[in-house]
Amino acid sequence: MKFQRLFLACTVGLALASAARAQLTVEITGAGANRLPVAIAEFTGERTVGQALTSVVRADLERSGLFRLVDAGGPLADSATPPYADLKARGADVVAGGSVATAADGRHETRVRLTDVQKQAVLGTPAYLHSGAQLRATAHRIADFIYEKLTGEPGVFSTRIAYVVKSTGRYELKIADADGANEQAALASREPIISPAWSPDGTKLAYVSFEAKKPVVYVHDLASGRRHVAANFKGSNSAPAWSPDGRQLAVVLTKDGTSQLYVVNADGSGVRRIATSSGIDTEPRWATDGQYIYFTSDRGGSPQIYRTASSGGNTERVTFEGGYNVTPRLSPDGKSMAFITRNNGRFQLALMDLASKQTQILTDSTKDESPSFAPNGRMILYATEIGGRGVLAAVSSDGRVKQKLSVQAADVREPAWGPLVR
Amino acid sequence: MRALISLSLAALLLAACGSQPPAPEQDPAGVESRKPGAVRVDTPPVTQVRPEQFDPSNIAALKDPKSPLSKRSIYFDYDSYVVKDEFQGLLGAHGKFLAANPKMKMLIQGNADERGSREYNLALGQKRAEAVRKALTLLGGREDQLEAVSLGEEKPACSESSEECWARNRRGDMLYSGEF
Repeated sequence: MKFQRLFLACTVGLALASAARAQLTVEITGAGANRLPVAIAEFTGERTVGQALTSVVRADLERSGLFRLVDAGGPLADSATPPYADLKARGADVVAGGSVATAADGRHETRVRLTDVQKQAVLGTPAYLHSGAQLRATAHRIADFIYEKLTGEPGVFSTRIAYVVKSTGRYELKIADADGANEQAALASREPIISPAWSPDGTKLAYVSFEAKKPVVYVHDLASGRRHVAANFKGSNSAPAWSPDGRQLAVVLTKDGTSQLYVVNADGSGVRRIATSSGIDTEPRWATDGQYIYFTSDRGGSPQIYRTASSGGNTERVTFEGGYNVTPRLSPDGKSMAFITRNNGRFQLALMDLASKQTQILTDSTKDESPSFAPNGRMILYATEIGGRGVLAAVSSDGRVKQKLSVQAADVREPAWGPLVR
Repeated sequence: MRALISLSLAALLLAACGSQPPAPEQDPAGVESRKPGAVRVDTPPVTQVRPEQFDPSNIAALKDPKSPLSKRSIYFDYDSYVVKDEFQGLLGAHGKFLAANPKMKMLIQGNADERGSREYNLALGQKRAEAVRKALTLLGGREDQLEAVSLGEEKPACSESSEECWARNRRGDMLYSGEF
């Protein structure tokens, strides 16, 4: 049996404190057409650890919109043979059972068995050693395992998201688990915070803060809480984007006139200009392979998306339809681009297949902004407005699965989905 | 390897939990203390200024409501980054003041209405701030006295989604040393 020592001991206080502060709620507003029926049985011994494990696994799988949860009929240990006839009758194609045992040192060992009900074949038997404080994290790992086994793509339930919450006179840069739990503030300010961007290794956030009465780009180390200025030149400094190797940031500076594209080292040194226009160039984004930098420019008269070779060279226009196409975000596989288009006065999230240039509008809302791909490319998180209040929403790249993430009595905006945690 | 990464993850979570936000909250100062929702009732001013009306060396004039120097906002038309003629007199007064007070510095904050991308709106606000900066350099301000920056759509003077409100947010504000 493959035994994964996934987690080391962590203080219990952390989990308790963050659980009590979890504020972002996720609501499923649309699901896939052909959802796979899955039964997640209650794990034996789960009740002794006092905190739900399988309920988190179920919520993760359900939220993805790709699975339909079927009642397993009762607890099922990882060592037990699943009641195939009963599960078939209930309509389950796949079942997961498991057990939670507590070791002498107080840590828990959770073993899982995922079984194909039709073929009566075991699909996998992962095991996890974890503390009580890591139950949720373990549940996300289990959901990731099940998701990957059944879809062939990595799950993103263990990833984190960053976003900005604006309440009266207060802006907070928050980090939470992908399901909205464990919300923590990385930065609080009375001045706006925009454009958070995760470093490729997930240890840092670059963002723009206005605390100096002007936009300045910072790089914030999440583990230490320390940060440094990455760009604070005369004029405005904004729109940070990490290079795929995490060593450089593309930024927008106005030190030489209008908003133009530059690259700096992540420590703020070595600034150099990478494109030149007489108008606005902004919102740079590196393609996943690092070859191109996509950006928004009004060089053709209206804001459109362009791309330029990151090694220097020709700049070509990418969007042609409509008079307002902004905020390019490349999918992790590099094949498509999410962006915001103005369509009859409505600002909507669109997805372009880069090879065919075919574009699909994914939402029916009117004030979409700041799209951000999940690291497996399946969902796109974005900001929008419902009832005059800023909320986050997510939509699958086929437009079918939809979620809404909101915080009571506050505006949520500027989402950024963090990388896969390995 | 996995254990190592998990350890750093746990450390990260711990640190994030235990540490205070690294930047102290700042008190908003001067023009920046607008609260969202605080809708000003006056319309964008149309200022006719005759230069002989004020003494450009008198710093107290900056806060004197009777002085043109107390007026700090330039409003722009939709999708426009050109300083309208009606503001030339006001900018002329500030240009003279900057020339008479060479140690004074000015931060010009450009703003945009809320529609569309935040970063693109930041660039649009920059174009407005830059238009004000260029006008001031022709009217007596020195390059090293002036900095043009943008607040984009982030600090609206007016927070409703209406044409009237958006017009107040398409704005350049002038802040002097001590006000930013």
